[in-house]
Amino acid sequence: MSSHRKSLIVVRRLLQAGPVIVLATLIVFALLKLVPGDVAVTLAGDNASDARIAEIRHLYGLDRPFIVQYAAWLWRAAHGDLSASLISREPVLISILRCFPHTLLIVALALAMAITVGIPLGVAAAARAGARIDGAVMTVASLGVAVPNFWLGMLLVTLFALDLNWLPATGAVALGESVRGAFIHAFLPACALAAGGIAEVTRQLRASLVEILSSPQVRTLHMKGLSPAKIMWRHGLKNVSVNLLTVIGLLFNRMLAATVVVEAVFAIPGMGSLIVNAAIHRDFPVVQGVVFAMVMVVVLLNLATDILYTVLDPRIA
Amino acid sequence: MEGAIFIVERRGDVLWVFMRWARRDLRGALSLSFLLALVALAASASWVTPYSPTAQDLNAMMAPISSRHWLGTDDLGRDTLSRLIAGGGASLYASFLAVFIAIAIGVPVGLVAGYIGGWIDEVISRVIDSFLSFPAIVLAIAVTGALGIGLTNGMISVGIVFAPQLARLVRARTLVVRRELYVDSARCLGATTIHILRRHILPNAIQPVIVQVTLLLAAALLAEASLSFLGLGIQPPEASWGAMLARAYQNMELDPTQMYPPGLAILLTALAFNTLGESLRITLDPTSTTWR
Repeated sequence: MSSHRKSLIVVRRLLQAGPVIVLATLIVFALLKLVPGDVAVTLAGDNASDARIAEIRHLYGLDRPFIVQYAAWLWRAAHGDLSASLISREPVLISILRCFPHTLLIVALALAMAITVGIPLGVAAAARAGARIDGAVMTVASLGVAVPNFWLGMLLVTLFALDLNWLPATGAVALGESVRGAFIHAFLPACALAAGGIAEVTRQLRASLVEILSSPQVRTLHMKGLSPAKIMWRHGLKNVSVNLLTVIGLLFNRMLAATVVVEAVFAIPGMGSLIVNAAIHRDFPVVQGVVFAMVMVVVLLNLATDILYTVLDPRIA
Repeated sequence: MEGAIFIVERRGDVLWVFMRWARRDLRGALSLSFLLALVALAASASWVTPYSPTAQDLNAMMAPISSRHWLGTDDLGRDTLSRLIAGGGASLYASFLAVFIAIAIGVPVGLVAGYIGGWIDEVISRVIDSFLSFPAIVLAIAVTGALGIGLTNGMISVGIVFAPQLARLVRARTLVVRRELYVDSARCLGATTIHILRRHILPNAIQPVIVQVTLLLAAALLAEASLSFLGLGIQPPEASWGAMLARAYQNMELDPTQMYPPGLAILLTALAFNTLGESLRITLDPTSTTWR
């Protein structure tokens, strides 16, 4: 019975994701409508030949109604054809497949740091809520939330790369080339990215733990004589684990955005550099392609977290 | 209840109320003072800056801290303190612009979705969900890629990305408030929907928005810094804290000290916004008893 209702909820989540995906792609495509003037002429740039303008007009089907343009674009995108860069002529999908691994490595590493450092800090602060260690942890965490991560990246480069020469200052190595090299190059950018994430996990975890630990049911457990450690693990963390999953899901989205700027500091050829260069040179298919890819990853990951949440949470039954 | 407290406070001497608040919540009071001082400084930038923020002195490039240049100069001999003050104005203006747009879109949309409900709510909620799937800065970059580069374009799109967060918050509060007895009685007395939304729902749904707005100001400040750092925000020679960091980044190996003033300015201002948001949350929330 309960598993039946759970699967119903999962199906409903899947059905809700459909419109979100369609709307998100519509927003991505509608960016084209923001281009001022004659879209083809603007995108072709200064001194463009008539043939070039005609090519762009044909690419987006600009002489057809908007909804037809969108449908044609979506159809091609769904088949992996994100058209080609207006400048390098490279297919956008190829550029994305080359750049995304660099970005994902940094984000994954930063997420791992946020979880492995943030959870112990949050537990420590909550276990001694109001004590000196709590105050210290929360002060550091509020600094971590407020620090611009690319500035932190610059500080890290100056200290660990330029002054101490321990780690490379810039660049990236693909995982396929050398695993060691890839991690060495990704370490500093991931640290810069992780600061905000660690702070976020710590704060959220402390807040929800403190709420649970001060509840009447936990007071009863104390009076029953259960040790604080057992209460923390069995009743505290188990209860907030679902919340934590949501926080981590949101964190992924935020890190994906923040990595764009961090990549610029470390000159990493990831998605950030791809979209920033494309935006500066008005290489519109690349801009659209990168936003499309990122949104798809976020939507699908949110969906996965939602479903995992439903499956894990015993209260939904 | 809280409304009553605020009315009483408004009658008292502002300074006295502030001092009483400061004794109870030092961090919040310090943050507010810092931010007000910053706004005042930025507003009077053209009178208080010792030099023109764009004037180059090629005889004093990358000058260290001295009595003539309190924070030194950059690689073009521009006075760092002057640029910091003028840049603060640009950064704050950009943050307020983005958050203003977020409020102008998010609050009405959330009110309508929450109050009217039904299929309109369903549609608006799905649109909110889809906007929330966009990594904020990425969409802002894409919009500048379409509209053309400029600080205003960038911050408008940051505002649009922030709007769904407010809309979702207002919608959730409206769903609760619209069931209150006083809303029912207003409707029975023949009040129009607009009147009910403005006079009854909005004042009671606005509390979490005030807190969120303060936190969004910090996020917008970081977004401005990021966009200008990437060269997609404010354009040279104008200064903003992000643009100053971009300049400092280019000269990082020659003069790493250049990155400290703008970086610390961003850090402290974002910290002040966040701290103020946190104390507002506790002050405005009648159920909260803990401080922090």
